Amino acid sequence: MMASSYNAKDEDGNITVSGPGGGALRSKKPENTAFKQQRLPAWQPILTAGTVLPAFFGIGLFFIPIGIGLYVTSNNIKELEIDYTGSDMSSPCFNCSQSFSWNSTKPCTCTIPFHLDQPYDSNVFMYYGLSNFYQNHRRYVKSRDDSQLNGDSGSLMKPSKECEPYAYFEKKPIAPCGAIANSMFNDTLELFYNNPNGTKVKIPLTSTGIAWWTDKHVKFRNPGGSNPNFTAVFQGTAKPVNWRRPVYELDSDPENNGFINEDFIVWMRTAALPTFRKLYRIIQKKDDLLPTLPRGSYTLEVVYNYPVRSFEGRKRMILSTISWMGGKNPFLGIAYITVGSVCFFLGVILLIIHHKYGNRSNSADISS
Amino acid sequence: HKEPPPGAEAYIPQRFPDNRIVSSKYTFWNFIPKNLFEQFRRIANFYFLGIFLVQLIIDTPTSPVTSGLPLFFVITVTAIKQGYEDWLRHKADCSLNECPADVVQRGKVVRTQSHKLRVGDIVMVREDETFPCDLILLSSSRPDGTCYVTTTSLDGESSHKTYYAVPDTMAFRTEREVDSLHATIECEQPQPDLYKFVGRISIYRGREEPVARPLGAENLLLRGATLKNTQHIYGTVAVYTGMETKMALNYQSKSQKRSAVEKSMNAFLIVYLCILISKAVINTVLKYAWQWSPDRDEPWYNHRTENERQRHVVIRALTDFLAFMVLFNYIIPVSMYVTVEMQKFLGSYFITWDEEMFDEELGEGAQVNTSDLNEELGQVEYVFTDKTGTLTENNMEFIECCVDGNVYIPHAICNGQILSAASSIDMIDSSPGGYRREHEDLFFRALCLCHTVQVKEEVTVDGIKRGLHQGRPTSFYISSSPDEVALVEGMKRLGYTYLRLKDNYMEILNKDDEIERFELLHVLNFDSVRRRMSVIVKSSSGEYLLFCKGADSSIFPRVVSGKVEQVKARVEQNAVEGLRTLCVAYRRLLESEYEEACHHLSEAKLALQDREHRLAQAYDIIERDFVLLGATAVEDRLQEKAADTIESLHKAGMKVWVLTGDKMETAAATCYASKLFRRSTQILELTKKRTEEQSLHDVLFELNRTVLRQCSISGLSIDCLDFGLIIDGATLSAVLKPNQDGTGHSNYREIFLEICRNCSAVLCCRMAPLQKAQIVKLIKASKEHPITLAIGDGANDVSMILEAHVGIGIMGKEGRQAARNSDYAIPKFKHLKKMLLVHGHYYYIRIAELVQYFFYKNVCFIFPQFLYQFFCGFSQQPLYDTAYLTLYNISFTSLPILLYSLVEQHVTVETLKREPVLYRDIAKNSLLRWPVFLYWTCLGVLDAVIFFFGAYFLFDNTTFTSNGQMFGNWTFGTLVFTVLVFTVTLKLALDTHHWTWINHFVIWGSLLFYVIFSLLWGGIIWPFLNYQRMYYVFMQMLSSGPAWLSIILLIMISLLPDVVKKVLCRAMCPTATERAQVRHWHQLRNETEALYCLVPNFRMFFIVTYDNVNKLLC
Repeated sequence: MMASSYNAKDEDGNITVSGPGGGALRSKKPENTAFKQQRLPAWQPILTAGTVLPAFFGIGLFFIPIGIGLYVTSNNIKELEIDYTGSDMSSPCFNCSQSFSWNSTKPCTCTIPFHLDQPYDSNVFMYYGLSNFYQNHRRYVKSRDDSQLNGDSGSLMKPSKECEPYAYFEKKPIAPCGAIANSMFNDTLELFYNNPNGTKVKIPLTSTGIAWWTDKHVKFRNPGGSNPNFTAVFQGTAKPVNWRRPVYELDSDPENNGFINEDFIVWMRTAALPTFRKLYRIIQKKDDLLPTLPRGSYTLEVVYNYPVRSFEGRKRMILSTISWMGGKNPFLGIAYITVGSVCFFLGVILLIIHHKYGNRSNSADISS
Repeated sequence: HKEPPPGAEAYIPQRFPDNRIVSSKYTFWNFIPKNLFEQFRRIANFYFLGIFLVQLIIDTPTSPVTSGLPLFFVITVTAIKQGYEDWLRHKADCSLNECPADVVQRGKVVRTQSHKLRVGDIVMVREDETFPCDLILLSSSRPDGTCYVTTTSLDGESSHKTYYAVPDTMAFRTEREVDSLHATIECEQPQPDLYKFVGRISIYRGREEPVARPLGAENLLLRGATLKNTQHIYGTVAVYTGMETKMALNYQSKSQKRSAVEKSMNAFLIVYLCILISKAVINTVLKYAWQWSPDRDEPWYNHRTENERQRHVVIRALTDFLAFMVLFNYIIPVSMYVTVEMQKFLGSYFITWDEEMFDEELGEGAQVNTSDLNEELGQVEYVFTDKTGTLTENNMEFIECCVDGNVYIPHAICNGQILSAASSIDMIDSSPGGYRREHEDLFFRALCLCHTVQVKEEVTVDGIKRGLHQGRPTSFYISSSPDEVALVEGMKRLGYTYLRLKDNYMEILNKDDEIERFELLHVLNFDSVRRRMSVIVKSSSGEYLLFCKGADSSIFPRVVSGKVEQVKARVEQNAVEGLRTLCVAYRRLLESEYEEACHHLSEAKLALQDREHRLAQAYDIIERDFVLLGATAVEDRLQEKAADTIESLHKAGMKVWVLTGDKMETAAATCYASKLFRRSTQILELTKKRTEEQSLHDVLFELNRTVLRQCSISGLSIDCLDFGLIIDGATLSAVLKPNQDGTGHSNYREIFLEICRNCSAVLCCRMAPLQKAQIVKLIKASKEHPITLAIGDGANDVSMILEAHVGIGIMGKEGRQAARNSDYAIPKFKHLKKMLLVHGHYYYIRIAELVQYFFYKNVCFIFPQFLYQFFCGFSQQPLYDTAYLTLYNISFTSLPILLYSLVEQHVTVETLKREPVLYRDIAKNSLLRWPVFLYWTCLGVLDAVIFFFGAYFLFDNTTFTSNGQMFGNWTFGTLVFTVLVFTVTLKLALDTHHWTWINHFVIWGSLLFYVIFSLLWGGIIWPFLNYQRMYYVFMQMLSSGPAWLSIILLIMISLLPDVVKKVLCRAMCPTATERAQVRHWHQLRNETEALYCLVPNFRMFFIVTYDNVNKLLC
């Protein structure tokens, strides 16, 4: 709300002039239009204490409830974060992290037990998180070939220069090329529920629906169209250097294999900040009565493939429920509450000021 | 005719150009290189070219397109504009060059094209034709060898000027005769002064010695002028052709003036350049510090290519530095220059369109000769105005004359009938005696003879006699000086009518209806240094008489007898009443004296070099030993609303100086009449009279003391007694003259300036034109460097108009010279008020906001990228997509500010006119001072921090979609960018005080455009791009609730500090402008209250509840 006064200035038509030598004058005489005479009708708001006051109170009244709502929602979200980097001796993954080498063929596995104090009711989203990993480094961000990923067979065989030095391996084009693809996260995470009776129940993890729909269906496409014979399609290309398997062996499901493998697509969306998380799996709620993850103890089994120790990175596994506003993030709620209160407070101050100065200046104006 | 006959003096052959006029700058084939060269000579363009080249050469974060495209756009638009203008010039040149001209060849008139004329050709020009080049008039169809010419297209003077044929060739009548002429012409090198020409023609007749005749400006017909009232003339293309004509030489543009705003803008630019460089340096240094450990520099997942690895570290660091420069280069936006220029160019139309500045009489409105200085009109601190024609109408009316102390007042003309001579003379002191009678006769004859007035006849040459005899106004007088016309007309009313000049005889109809004939022998023309003019005539009785009229100061010292005291008293009395006075004197010449005078004059006239100087010397010798006859008084009325205008300018805090050539008393009277001096004004005099009594030193110190004492006493009270200073030309030159001992001179200057600073009004009288410019220069160079404005109407004001920061010309009676040389031309002095108080004020606030806002929005734009470097390993990763980087300044945020800067009116036109005090609010470049600049920059930085960290905390290690999917770095950038575009546009919306439909359209339109563009840009896989990073990013972002919430929140937070600051400033210490706004608003609300009573609506409800809250609090 601003103070407003609609100033409808005279919009009467052109005043015809008939001075001496009318004809000659008319051509030179400026036109009497509202625009040319700078007399367009205009709304002339001014920001005074009196006029912004309602706006301030309004914002205060509006923002505080939203903020509280957001805050409560955020607090109701359950989130569990497990760091499995294995950098200290006590960690179960210490050995794996120490003995890492790119050439080792035997996968190193570690098991981390954890406990859920509260049951997770709705769908549970499983994330992996990396720290100190600069996915937003310029050299890294641009090291990809979108047309190759879009299934362009020309780019498949001749990857873009941007992919260097991950474009060719032993003279064969790399598919998918580039640093991003090359460094794809390849730890395998599995969850087990430790039944109180002693049995371990593997929790089913859904690996689809984790990438953007548009990415999976439009932006990323396998070369060769609907040809199911990936080996033939990718003939003549090399797998990324750090990968253990070629791209067409990422998954057995042909709808989730090759470039349209969702784990791959998720990885290819470069994170904004060096500490990030990426959606790994979804634990679907099956039963309306039972919680998705009941209270109790669990085991996280990690096939430890991904080295982060060299750059002092951390690896985490996160379990989180989701509300309409996403994951746990108290920031938005707190910010709304703060801004709302500040506005309200400012409103009060302005009201005082308005009373102290407003009247004075008004009376001064009248007297002057 | 070109070759001199053998035996002529040393002749250096010269190459004469053909008569082609080339005003165009480019030809078809040199357009592109020349235009590009000219454009890249501008620092800004060069800078952007540099950035573009860097982007091409090294691997930079943004593609060359991002800076190449805007640069290309700017360059192309400018090139198209200049190309179009040049095309128009080509067309104009073409039509000029191909217009037909008649040349006399082998005794026949041959029609040819204008550009084929060569130096030496003889050209025939018919009535109403334009001269195709500069010609020497050889003969005319008029028997007296004169022709009439208007130079409207050259200097705007519409009066007919008389030009004279060379006497020896005057008699030529036919082509054959003209063709037989054998002569050489010597002349000076081409020079642009329209009113100066020195040359000599030597005519060879058979074997005789050549006859040499002087040639002056009165023989030279200028290209572009038009022949009038003369059937045809013959002239040689003796002098200048093509680009050497005086018209073409006058094409050259004047030196560029730069406004104070532009200077601040450049200062800000330098600051930003420093910020840019320091940002790049900081980031480069940090990058290498951070990369110290190889795991950070090259972690296993992100290797360099071999090539890069092999590069030397210094080269790498340099490349990195340049890459950072490129990344941050948008902080100095290309579009700012374009926008500022467009704003100035388009904005200046409002001046020409202004109906209030249109003058019905002249049929002309204000003119803008340069749009670079629009905003300077809002910064004026000193106004230097000419008096005659500027403050006054320059519409002279003869009031009275006095002969030897006896006053004659003519009666008004009734219905064009002159009252009988006897009754029209009102004699105050009637004691006619022989001596007096004689002086009276001489006086009237002197005024009838001593002038350069022409009689313009309405229909034919015969009409003149009849018209004048019957007293019908079919003929009237024309002269370049309105004083003369007033005097001659005044004489007519007193019974002495000047009839005409025929065959060198001036005819006068005296009181007894007898025609007296005087042979006109010489005219000693008026000039502003001598300040007098004389004629030498021979009466029918064979007497040689020298009549002289001029300013009292230039006549009295040369008078030997006559009733000096009485006349002097009368002159002074008239001057006090604000009348313009002239003194008339005469001298009888003996035959021998006349011969001698002739000799002096012809010698000086023949001189090729230094003619001016020698003429002046000759005049000095001839004009002496006068007998004083009397004086005249002519009234020059004040211009309409001159007093009101001056009062407004005073209230607006401007110091008004009147610079005039008039004498002190007259000028002072005008000053009082125009309220420059009020009754309360204490007048300080610094005149010759005073300095004769005391030394200049003492006077200066005394005045200074007075002024300082007064100000220290009343320094606390608001209306400090104001001072007015009167200084005359002689004293001024004494003040400015460097002292012999070398120490004192700057001292005098300083004291003088000190005194002036404390005077609200200064009158400088007895000024030579150059002194006017000197004064302006002096004030300009004083230590506060105030902005000066000079306004004048005559040729004598040109130097001052050119010197001042802003020169304003008045389209007056004394020709168009001032208007042509000015930056702005207005029809009347009163229009100055609207020009400064309304247009100047608007332009200033508009451009100030434009400049500040541009820097602000680019800080907001670039600073998040800077912050982002800290989170991406200083890798120069851009935060925004290329399209956003490119289009931010070009299309997302450009139009709202451009339109704002064209139509914003923070207060209404009426308020500005009513309250000149508001002008003080913007004085001294107040909106572009460093604190304000700092505020805007800090605001920009703060907003940028809010955008960036807002998005940062939102993205911090969490998801904000309801399906758990994650967003990447491009979504992050898009979020920041969306908040940025909205905040920056809404900030402008908050600053807008005048919401016309245009503002609504561009502000909401450009936000809508941003959204639509983003949807489109992200909605398609663009086949021509090699990356698809933006695919569906914007849509995905909008599909998330928290993104919306955070966008709204961040916009609010960013705008909040500015709103609070504005509101607090307005409440705590409102400026005059803000008070006026509030008053205006209250007034409008009161007016509309009645409406609300009838139609209860939301706002009424709001006002009521709000008032209730107020009551509760009380």
